[in-house]
Amino acid sequence: MGGTMGWHLLRGWTVLVYLFMFLPVAVVVLLSFNASQFGAFPMTGFSFRWFVELAQNEAILRAFRTSVTLGVMTAAISTTLGVLASLAMVRYRVPGSNYISTLLIAPILVPEVVLAVALLLFLNFLGINKSFTLLLFGHVIFTLPFVILVVQARLISIKRDIEEAAMSLGASPRQTFFQITLPLMLPAVLAGALFALTISFDDITGTLFWKPGGVETVPTQIFAMLRNSISPEINALGTVMIVLTVGLPLLGLAIARTLSQKRGI
Amino acid sequence: MSSVHLNNIVKRFGAVTAVHSTSLEIPEGAFVTLLGPSGCGKTTNLRMIAGLLDPTEGEILIGGKRVNDVPIHKRNLGLVFQNYALFPHKTVADNVAFGLKYRDVPSDDIATKVQDALELVQLPDVGDRYPKELSGGQQQRIALARAIVIEPDVLLLDEPLSALDANLREDMRVELKRIQERIGVTTVFVTHDQSEALAMSDQIVVMSDGRVEQVGAPEEVYNTPASEFVANFLGASNILAARCTRRGPEGVDIEAPTFGKLTVPAEKAPNLGSEGPAKLVIRAEKLLVSRDEAPEGVLSVPATIEAVDYQGQAVRYFVRADDTQLQAINMIDQHPFATGDAINLHLRPIDCAALPGD
Repeated sequence: MGGTMGWHLLRGWTVLVYLFMFLPVAVVVLLSFNASQFGAFPMTGFSFRWFVELAQNEAILRAFRTSVTLGVMTAAISTTLGVLASLAMVRYRVPGSNYISTLLIAPILVPEVVLAVALLLFLNFLGINKSFTLLLFGHVIFTLPFVILVVQARLISIKRDIEEAAMSLGASPRQTFFQITLPLMLPAVLAGALFALTISFDDITGTLFWKPGGVETVPTQIFAMLRNSISPEINALGTVMIVLTVGLPLLGLAIARTLSQKRGI
Repeated sequence: MSSVHLNNIVKRFGAVTAVHSTSLEIPEGAFVTLLGPSGCGKTTNLRMIAGLLDPTEGEILIGGKRVNDVPIHKRNLGLVFQNYALFPHKTVADNVAFGLKYRDVPSDDIATKVQDALELVQLPDVGDRYPKELSGGQQQRIALARAIVIEPDVLLLDEPLSALDANLREDMRVELKRIQERIGVTTVFVTHDQSEALAMSDQIVVMSDGRVEQVGAPEEVYNTPASEFVANFLGASNILAARCTRRGPEGVDIEAPTFGKLTVPAEKAPNLGSEGPAKLVIRAEKLLVSRDEAPEGVLSVPATIEAVDYQGQAVRYFVRADDTQLQAINMIDQHPFATGDAINLHLRPIDCAALPGD
């Protein structure tokens, strides 16, 4: 039967595509537990030694701390700005809000390299040197659209009536925000913050342009290490990165889901 | 409890005027309904009283005090919305208690007041549940409990029954009226449903195109419409172009097509002058379709039935007498007349009303 044949082909092809996408990741994870000192097959035994070495590598630890600090600060600033911008655009009639919205979303549409160079040139023009603040600034610009997209969508679904009811009962606009609006959009706010955190943690293009000398994030550190040699440590680091960037959003999703179930939203 | 006054209120949105100069007086403790089709400005008026919209011109007074510059959260109003607007992340008890937290109510009293309010709306056992676990009718009762537990000066109801099923709507209508009478709060009710307005109100304010068409008690608005719009909007009416020939102390003589000369009681033609063009208003249910001769003092006109709209306990006939098409709504015992039947239309002149003509 031709139909069944077609389905088999399609199924096979799908499997191949998934293998192509995930096999390299699986190889990295597998090799990170390889006891051999060469980061390649055949595996010679199961060992945590590369993770231990990773934990003792001062440069990597420093990069890791930088990445976490940068990610957390980016998430905090982006989320705050994103929530405020979404509130302004959804709840108030701001003149030209369509243009502002497009402008805030634009960093997603512009190729990252262009954005990176543009910001760098602009700050050069202003005579400002590269610094951690600049790096943070760049990451905020780059993650803000994701926060706005998620939070805005949620805010639109929260009926204005509910806030009006709260105010009619005596809550001031500020109390209404903290008692009603914020709790109702909390899942979206958390999702936005996680987005910002993981995107910042993963970013390499912008970071390479913006980071001041001597400062390394985990991705730039890996990049630098790869230029010298392929150490099995990188496999271990890759595994850690995968766990973090896949695990965090999953965790966030789970938290958001339980929250919204408990709250009956 | 407080009275509400609107003094020459105007509301414009850009170039559009939603409410033309409107003055209204809502007495303390009254149940007043703003009735009209969508876009007539009734909700705009309600939102201005609530403080959700600022009037472009004019003054709003609640309890004799000007509130134009008082923000909504300081007006002490109870507000109930069409879609309930309960806080989905709070339990029913927390929803009802919400307004009390912003008032100087000791926390021990809050629980008592919440329970009293839940009992008043006949849902004493749902305090621990979340709004989504309740049916639409139950949610609306909770919304009502939340609005009245704060002992508001004015209760504002924005189409609170429109989202409910037909049967439930009628139950809630009775319920809502019972609760309002029990607590005696001044109530402004907005609806487009004439039967709700007629059943519940002390006073009806009929609105159209941002203007007040008529203010009056339900039977007054129904029996003596002040304009063609009111006559058509409340119930079904036949409106015939006619002439007024004389205004006497006991009645107004009208000459109408098909029905000829008749005398309408003076109080049912308050706005009509002595002579000139007029409109004769005949309520569809005042026109009796019959095979018999009319008794003394009742007009009778031969007519033919053109269409029959059977409604169970009542039937709506579309009939033609001479060149005039009329509708009649009659209660029926058994079988309605059939299309094509030749019948007589009976009409008592005292059931008619008259308006000034164009």
